[in-house]
Amino acid sequence: MASGIKDKVAILGMGCSRFGERWESGSEQLINEAFIEALADAGIERAQIGAAWFGSALDSVNVGNSAIPLATALRLQGIPVTRVENMCATGTEALRGAAYAVGSGAVDIALAVGVEKLKDTGYGGLPVPGKGTLNDLWMPYCSAPAGFAQLAAGYRAKYKIDRETLKNALAHVSWKSHLNGVKSPKAHLRKAVSMEQILNAPMIAEPLGVFDCCGVSDGSAVAIVTTPEIARALGKRDLVTIKALQLASSSGRESGTGEWDGSNVPNTRMAAAAAYREAGITDPRRQLSQIEVHDCFSITELVTMEDLGLSADGEAYRDVLDGVYDADGAVPCQIDGGLKCFGHPIGATGLRMVYEHYLQLLGRAGERQLKSPTLGLSHNLGGVPYNGVAAISIVGLMA
Amino acid sequence: MSRPQRGIVSYGAYIPKLRISRAAIADAHAWALPGLKSQAKGERALCSWDEDSITLAVAAARDCLRGNGRAVPTSLSLASTTAPFADLQNAVIVASALNLDHSVRCSDGSGSTRAGLSALAQALESSLDSDTLVLAADRRAAKPGSTQELQFGAGAAALQIGNGETIARYLGSESVSHLFVDHFRATGEKHDYYWEERWIRDEGVSKVVPAAIKRLLKRLELPADRVQWFGLAGAPGGSDKLVAKALGIAPERVIPDLQDRVGDCGTAHAPLLLINALENANPGDIILVAAFGQGCEVLAFEMGESRHRPAMGLSGAIAARIPETSYLKMASFEGEIDLDWGMRAEADVKAALTQHYRAADQINAFVGGRCSVCNTVQFPRLPNCVSCGASETQRPFAMADELGQIATYSADWLQFYLSPPLYVGLVQFDVGARLLMEIVEVGASGTTGGIDVGTRLAMQFRIKARDRKRHYSRYFWKAAPIR
Repeated sequence: MASGIKDKVAILGMGCSRFGERWESGSEQLINEAFIEALADAGIERAQIGAAWFGSALDSVNVGNSAIPLATALRLQGIPVTRVENMCATGTEALRGAAYAVGSGAVDIALAVGVEKLKDTGYGGLPVPGKGTLNDLWMPYCSAPAGFAQLAAGYRAKYKIDRETLKNALAHVSWKSHLNGVKSPKAHLRKAVSMEQILNAPMIAEPLGVFDCCGVSDGSAVAIVTTPEIARALGKRDLVTIKALQLASSSGRESGTGEWDGSNVPNTRMAAAAAYREAGITDPRRQLSQIEVHDCFSITELVTMEDLGLSADGEAYRDVLDGVYDADGAVPCQIDGGLKCFGHPIGATGLRMVYEHYLQLLGRAGERQLKSPTLGLSHNLGGVPYNGVAAISIVGLMA
Repeated sequence: MSRPQRGIVSYGAYIPKLRISRAAIADAHAWALPGLKSQAKGERALCSWDEDSITLAVAAARDCLRGNGRAVPTSLSLASTTAPFADLQNAVIVASALNLDHSVRCSDGSGSTRAGLSALAQALESSLDSDTLVLAADRRAAKPGSTQELQFGAGAAALQIGNGETIARYLGSESVSHLFVDHFRATGEKHDYYWEERWIRDEGVSKVVPAAIKRLLKRLELPADRVQWFGLAGAPGGSDKLVAKALGIAPERVIPDLQDRVGDCGTAHAPLLLINALENANPGDIILVAAFGQGCEVLAFEMGESRHRPAMGLSGAIAARIPETSYLKMASFEGEIDLDWGMRAEADVKAALTQHYRAADQINAFVGGRCSVCNTVQFPRLPNCVSCGASETQRPFAMADELGQIATYSADWLQFYLSPPLYVGLVQFDVGARLLMEIVEVGASGTTGGIDVGTRLAMQFRIKARDRKRHYSRYFWKAAPIR
């Protein structure tokens, strides 16, 4: 059995650009903004980076194919630079590539960069992605919210919950993230909203209204990783190490057979089980200090609480309404605002989540600092609930 | 050697379910054309954005072919003046959707709204031993504010012609040609140009049609009072009764002209009148149908003993309706107004024709796969089974006639869609397959359209995407609630 990544890789430095409608900045500027912060935090020179992974999801906007745009933006001459893309799990994929490179001993210091420039499309929401030539002939062109909104139909049907109760729980999810976003200086949306505003917002994809959908933002996040030994040798004391990095992909069973009931995301469950095993977590609700989950839409966050084993199946809507995942709840969720309010520049998101854990673990989270956190979990979902990829990374203080 | 007796061995019909009240159309134009109000009675059939002559024909053909106990037709003809392609055989698209064998002989007929009856006569006069499927379908376009906009409808008729026991035996036909230009539409143009109705009726229809019918009845040695069912298409309203009177056919024997609930269906209209008679006539009844247009086509039948009737038929198709009152929606569906759909509508939907051909049976005929190891039915058909993972074990499995239900769904207001919201969801087929599909014909009932998890669904062949850059429509199957 594989020994896993736990405590083999330490975060040497991190950076994150301000997320939002960054009309004044292109991808290159966003990358540089996060990189300069990370490099200073790591306390190394650019020339010490041995390899880089570049996460960018949409090549119709942003910088196009390949990792060359990253090498060019940061002038990384002659080292291996690789582009990774796995839809909304792209940022976590960049971290995974860099962490595995360090963990394997291939390089001493590796760079993970995620960026997305979504506000160059000319319209709100995500660009329409390609589906490949075969799927394009039969698969409906549906928006991302309509893909995830189907969880609500499945969840309601399975647990026999009326529309209004679920809608209220979904509204609480967004209400909480908006409150958190106020205390998050780099977040895209930093304004509290009322439950009434959320409940009465225009419909995007039934039952999701505007406030059930995350921000479409520009932004970049960066991690520089190395081994704990090298980190210590470079003078780091409090080490944040990677405890788990796991990914699970659909093989088409959820969307192609009758096995899936539409009330959860099986990939998350598989990735979570593997990640908990890798990190040695047995009671996530007690052991996890904070979570950053893929709240692309409010319903996604709600079912993710069950998929991560934090709420019992069919009970997440009660826990949400009871405030279990609020900033002062048992398991603070999206303490930085989450995708909902910090924003969701796709390629950067997975790294942005780890950035928040990193700040919290090192006591650098300012106004929103949690009390003595030890372990943080990040969760990304790429694609749609019935056909996608779930990525989980867990980071914590090294004993 | 005498020829075997040919006749109609099966039939089917389809009328698009959307029906707009003519009052809604007239009201929209009342500011400029108050006179339309006097003609605004009843309702007319309206195609959704994803229906055209091909999809209408497929729906009628499926009604005709389903469970009729006949051998599969070896030839197929499609009559239409509104077929989407000028050079790409429309009948072949229909045949592929019906999953007919590649040996089927296909042909398109056009040029006049009488082409439906012309194709029927040709099939009935044929010396073939095997069956022919004659289809006629039109989605008629009319200029906003024209009387045609009120009168025109859309629909399709399917008639299977063969030997042996028939629903109606073919007696004979008469065809005459006159260059009487009551209306015309130049190639590439969208709308018809019509001359005065009174002239068409008095100088054209009233002189040409009775004369042709008289010749046919004389040849068949049938007195006019033997005709129990008489229908006339392609002529101004009321012409049928005038012609009947001139011939001595009692007015109650005139087949209802479908104007009150459907509208004029072009090439399909005369075949639909024939189907109306087939649904109501008794064995031994004589049926006479005529179509006017640069002369006329007249066909005579005698009702036979076959008791086969389709599941839907014309009466079922007329009854299955979704009321519509928005004229602007109709104008948009008809392409008469081009709404600003936003930048999302700019996404290129160019199809890879090479890929389309590789997956032709999957996309056109909705043939998925069944794993020969674990029997799981699945779509699309990929190299490895979705359930057991076995490699290269997929055997073709036709899914077009399989039923299913909604497993998950949403109503998508964000995605560019010509009839928002786009209803989309995972469809769970009773045979075990599951796939993400568009759900159409949902109707209007709050934000959810009255559908929910568990709503029963049947499959329909529809336009999947219209490539507006290259003017190419491509088709796939969509799910519709079973009403």
